[in-house]
Amino acid sequence: MYCPKKDVRLAVMILIPLLALLFLFIYGFIIWSLRVSFTDWNGILPDMTWVGFDNYKLLFSSQRFQTDLRNTFFFTIFFIAICIVGGFLLSYLLYSKLKGESFFRIIYLFPLSLSFVVTGVLWRWIFSPEVGLNSLLRMMGFKADFGWFTSTYSIGGFNVALIALIIAASWQYMGYTMAMFLAGLRGIPDQLIESAQIDGAGEFMIIRKVILPIIKPITFSAMIVLGHVSLKIFDLAYAMTGKGPAFVTDFPGLFMFETTFRGNHYAEGAAISIMMLLLVALVIVPYLYSTFREENR
Amino acid sequence: MRKRILITFLVFLTATTMMFAQGAAETKAKSNSLEIFSWWTAGGEAEGLQAMVDVFNKKYPDIEIINATVAGGAGTNAKAVLATRMQGGNPPDAFQVHAGHELIDTWVVADFMEPVTFILEENGWMDKFPSDVIDIISYKGEVYSIPVNIHRSNVMWYSPSLFKKFNLKVPNTLEEFFKVAEVFKANGIPALALGDNESWTETHLLESVILANTGAEKYRALWDGKISWNDSQVRKALSDYARMMAYTNRDHAALANMDAAGYVAEGKAAMNVMGDWAAGYYYSQGFKQGLDWDWAPAPGTKGNFIMLSDSFGLAKNAPNRDNVIKWLALCASKEGQDAFNPIKGSIPSRIDGDRSKYDAYLNAAMDDFATNAIVPSVAHGAAISEPWLTRINDIMSVFTTELNVDKAMKEFQAASDRYAPKN
Repeated sequence: MYCPKKDVRLAVMILIPLLALLFLFIYGFIIWSLRVSFTDWNGILPDMTWVGFDNYKLLFSSQRFQTDLRNTFFFTIFFIAICIVGGFLLSYLLYSKLKGESFFRIIYLFPLSLSFVVTGVLWRWIFSPEVGLNSLLRMMGFKADFGWFTSTYSIGGFNVALIALIIAASWQYMGYTMAMFLAGLRGIPDQLIESAQIDGAGEFMIIRKVILPIIKPITFSAMIVLGHVSLKIFDLAYAMTGKGPAFVTDFPGLFMFETTFRGNHYAEGAAISIMMLLLVALVIVPYLYSTFREENR
Repeated sequence: MRKRILITFLVFLTATTMMFAQGAAETKAKSNSLEIFSWWTAGGEAEGLQAMVDVFNKKYPDIEIINATVAGGAGTNAKAVLATRMQGGNPPDAFQVHAGHELIDTWVVADFMEPVTFILEENGWMDKFPSDVIDIISYKGEVYSIPVNIHRSNVMWYSPSLFKKFNLKVPNTLEEFFKVAEVFKANGIPALALGDNESWTETHLLESVILANTGAEKYRALWDGKISWNDSQVRKALSDYARMMAYTNRDHAALANMDAAGYVAEGKAAMNVMGDWAAGYYYSQGFKQGLDWDWAPAPGTKGNFIMLSDSFGLAKNAPNRDNVIKWLALCASKEGQDAFNPIKGSIPSRIDGDRSKYDAYLNAAMDDFATNAIVPSVAHGAAISEPWLTRINDIMSVFTTELNVDKAMKEFQAASDRYAPKN
């Protein structure tokens, strides 16, 4: 692309105010948080005594944060897996010329228009051990005493209580991956499918060998979007379960909020925020890197 | 061309700066008003505050009251807003805060508050408050806040009909409690209703169990960091708490504190330990005392009164200092307290409240308040600082699930070492 020198200068000048604000209010405060996380600020007044990695050491030795990291890990894995698989199945159904396609498309997409707070309150009632699903099952004669999000069982570090949260979150985001996949499926040229059919490939074979490879970039983008939703999750857990007995449904975001704004542990809160930033960066940075590389090619 | 853009840009910059400057100037220039900051937005609380505001308006018609409330359970959101305003040098005139360490360790120690001893002294009210209460609201010999109300934490609510059905006596001690609980358990009824959706309710129960084991003196010493958590009576309290969990309702982790209190009145559970705002809840739901519910001091705590209190203080640099002082004097007066408390469902912090304005439960609570040993509540910020309290709530959340007394004891001790007052 050709740009005259004059235009470049003008562009830079117009961009400067925005960039300055951006750097101050985003990167400036990230650096500030980083600095606070190395101090002894545990009260209303800032205490900038340098304590090195003490806050991080405390954090990683606390049972709550360890549980948080495990919860985030399992929640992210299951949430992404269910949304991708479920979203693909839904979109494939619609793609296969299901009757009433536009109606179902709206139904599937609808939960996305709700906020996590609304979703949280809804599913909280459904999974509440004495009034929701359980009482329905009991009416039908089953012996339902699973505690859902209050259950304290744990299988190899996976807190069973998370199932309720995973279902709620997947319910909301499955429609979103469905829409992404549907757009991808619609973009596949019919000739490809037809030639595969002529070669004698069955439906399953076509999905595996033709469709999945073509929509791979979409799967990848969906995973990134879902990943950053789940790594930062706060509102759903806050509205639906809170931290739960022995932190079975706790996440770093909840911990950060409570320790900072209830306990005045500003330094510890900053340390948690930095850890959350690193978690998200682990996912986002490779993605950004690969997209930039593709664009430059 | 370039010049013109540069000029536009500069004009834009100056204009925005001026807008901000003007905004700051505007907030400063309110004349003769009084801003009251609280988290009283629900039912009886908001109406109680309004009743007190009405009394104030009658006395000082020319002062405009700005009622700044921030909604949100237990004041978490309000506290965050307050912290921002105080740190930014823009304090509200009068603000609500739990009396005791929540006020002192957060705000007084950080030098944000002015003492208010003179208000009590000038009006000759120092002896109108129990000396235990004065101790709780004082720091280095000065009073720092005016308590408008008193709530009691160590109350056991029970279902009279269930006790009658199994021909049982209401337990006075923890031993009696466990005996009674065994009978209820054998009959498939949860003896102790718990609603620990938020873990402060666990801490709330624990403070009564500790008091029952240690007595008032040692209870105070524990929260002053003067005795160890390895003390035999404190350990006994922790194991009693762990033992109690066997008698709770199965769905406790999904319930809020009022749901658990409701279980008792509905006859779904026999007993519940909760603060006396539960009485207000029962009245509002139409449950009858003596029929649906009744109360006794939490097992083993007879003769003791765990108190918590909402109070107002005087911030340094409050924009309308004189008006705040008038407001605080009203908060401390018999007139103000008797306007607020019957509606809020709490008792006055003064000992001379007008008995005829209060219902049966509150009158009984006033009797105990006048005669019992008064100790501060942990779960509600009177006995310990907020950093310590949030740690304790976290430990309780795990302890209630794992019931590991040794581990909890060690963690409580570590928290105490870190946060207990050092002097």
